[in-house]
Amino acid sequence: MMLSLLRRMWGERVAYAFMAPFLLCFAAFILLPVFMAILMSFTSYDAFRSPHLIGFKNYAALLTQDTIFMKYALPNTIKFAFFVGPIGYLLTFFLAWLIYQLPKSVRDIVTLAMYAPSMAGGVALVVVWQAAFSGDYVGYLNSFLMRMDWIQTPVLWLQDPKFLLNVMILVTIWMSFGVGFLAMLAGFDTVNRELYEAGRIDGIANRLQEVFYITVPSMKPQMLFSAVMAIVGTLKAGAISVQLTGLPITKQYAGHLMLNHIDDYAFIRFELGYASMLSVVLLLFSYAAMRLSYRLFGPKEGD
Amino acid sequence: MATIANQLRKMTPFETLLLIGLLLLAAFMSLPIVFIVNHAFKPFHELFLFPPTFLAKEPTLTNFYDLFLRPGATIVPFSRYLYNSVLVAALAMAAVILSSCMAAYVLSKLKFGPKRIVMAAIMLALMYAAETVAIPRYLIIGWLHLNNTYFGHVLPVVASPVAVFLIKQFIDQIPNELLEAAKIDGASEFRVFARIIVPLAMPAIATISIITFQGVWGDTSASTLFMQDETMKTLPYYMTTLTSGAANTVAGQGMAAAAGLLLFLPNLIIFLLAQRRIMETMVHSGVK
Repeated sequence: MMLSLLRRMWGERVAYAFMAPFLLCFAAFILLPVFMAILMSFTSYDAFRSPHLIGFKNYAALLTQDTIFMKYALPNTIKFAFFVGPIGYLLTFFLAWLIYQLPKSVRDIVTLAMYAPSMAGGVALVVVWQAAFSGDYVGYLNSFLMRMDWIQTPVLWLQDPKFLLNVMILVTIWMSFGVGFLAMLAGFDTVNRELYEAGRIDGIANRLQEVFYITVPSMKPQMLFSAVMAIVGTLKAGAISVQLTGLPITKQYAGHLMLNHIDDYAFIRFELGYASMLSVVLLLFSYAAMRLSYRLFGPKEGD
Repeated sequence: MATIANQLRKMTPFETLLLIGLLLLAAFMSLPIVFIVNHAFKPFHELFLFPPTFLAKEPTLTNFYDLFLRPGATIVPFSRYLYNSVLVAALAMAAVILSSCMAAYVLSKLKFGPKRIVMAAIMLALMYAAETVAIPRYLIIGWLHLNNTYFGHVLPVVASPVAVFLIKQFIDQIPNELLEAAKIDGASEFRVFARIIVPLAMPAIATISIITFQGVWGDTSASTLFMQDETMKTLPYYMTTLTSGAANTVAGQGMAAAAGLLLFLPNLIIFLLAQRRIMETMVHSGVK
């Protein structure tokens, strides 16, 4: 039994050798961190004394004592994730579809313009957002709105808790037309043209019906890929408040997301066990979002 | 040009309207890009004009000059950050391309015992965002003594599930008969890989190079978390010191815009060179 397994592995030694570099890094920097986060979430650990097990106490504290989480981090994250995730995703699909209706020659230019902000990325564009949403009247948005007479005094877009989260959402969506967007655009090309003809004969009357009954079902695989990319993008975007305001914790927790909460406990309070528990909760949320995407676009039995 | 004119003439009213609308939207979406290009070339007295201007009236290279030559918030010269960034990006791209291609070849074409479980792990890891588990990653880097080394920058990004996935989907299209024919002619696995797989998977390789480059080139987390030595940090990190609340944002804004432009331009150039190949790869990006 053991011997035959070893013999088979020897027979596949080239495959093992080819897989090794990826698998080693995968194990060390993806599997192990997730595994450790799960383990550490059951401990109390301050980075100096060795961690000791405390069972589900961290999880219990999250549900019963962490008022900042319940009052700010959770609602903010839900709002942020909802707009950047599903709404941003629908917007991406809609725009990709519109662009696909254009003649091929202009398509590339429009695609580039949409894709460019995501390509520049958060760090490079910080200076842009800071200037655009600057709270004095030299700020571009303020100056524009005042010239239009829509506001009389400059608005503190980044300092006023009323606006920060909305600005974060806007900016993130602006930069969200990335790989998933390109995948969707390419996906339209994979749809069999004859299906549209057949659809018209079967009584599909307008383009909207075409999208729902033919386009989306035909490019489910690309829809799924870009849904997964949207989840990753939303997770990664959590640092945007820090970049916009330059503060690790935003004023009155106005832009406080789960990721900021994790960083707060990890790198400011040094409660690594608690921070790990927050990581695990965030991973569970994103896993749930991924299950939902698979439910919507994944391969069904018998497909 | 003639074909463009022809296509435009054949458009229905709906399409014409759509084209105009989308062009306007595209112009609006690229405002940040227009802004950063102009801001980078504005002389100091134009940066804070009222009403604020978009286009630079008297373009100058002062901001770049300041960025490269004036000692800023730190004692490390700017060129060191740039050098680190270029080196890290180049090493990371080479490592990701090689390891991902090899893994994708195995997963697509070779017999490999734990293939199913590895594939399942990769599909699950597609949604992995390193930011969520910063603490364990920090500890692991410490255990492996990778702090303040270029390995600390590169190794964590080598495992890229998206890269392996995209290349694998692409290699799946290569007919098995081609590989078998090569093997009958006496080619080793390695030869098949180097002479058939890699050349045919070039579009996918171009795509993941860009994705990797964009990720690494704009990344601040490795510099913040794993590098305590200022001389080992990269350009985006330096950029955050120019724009963060603690720094003098007035004096730093022109420099920050110049640095932002430097961060953006390589992305743009690479993307333009490879746009067609990327779209070719994305056709096969579906999760089936």
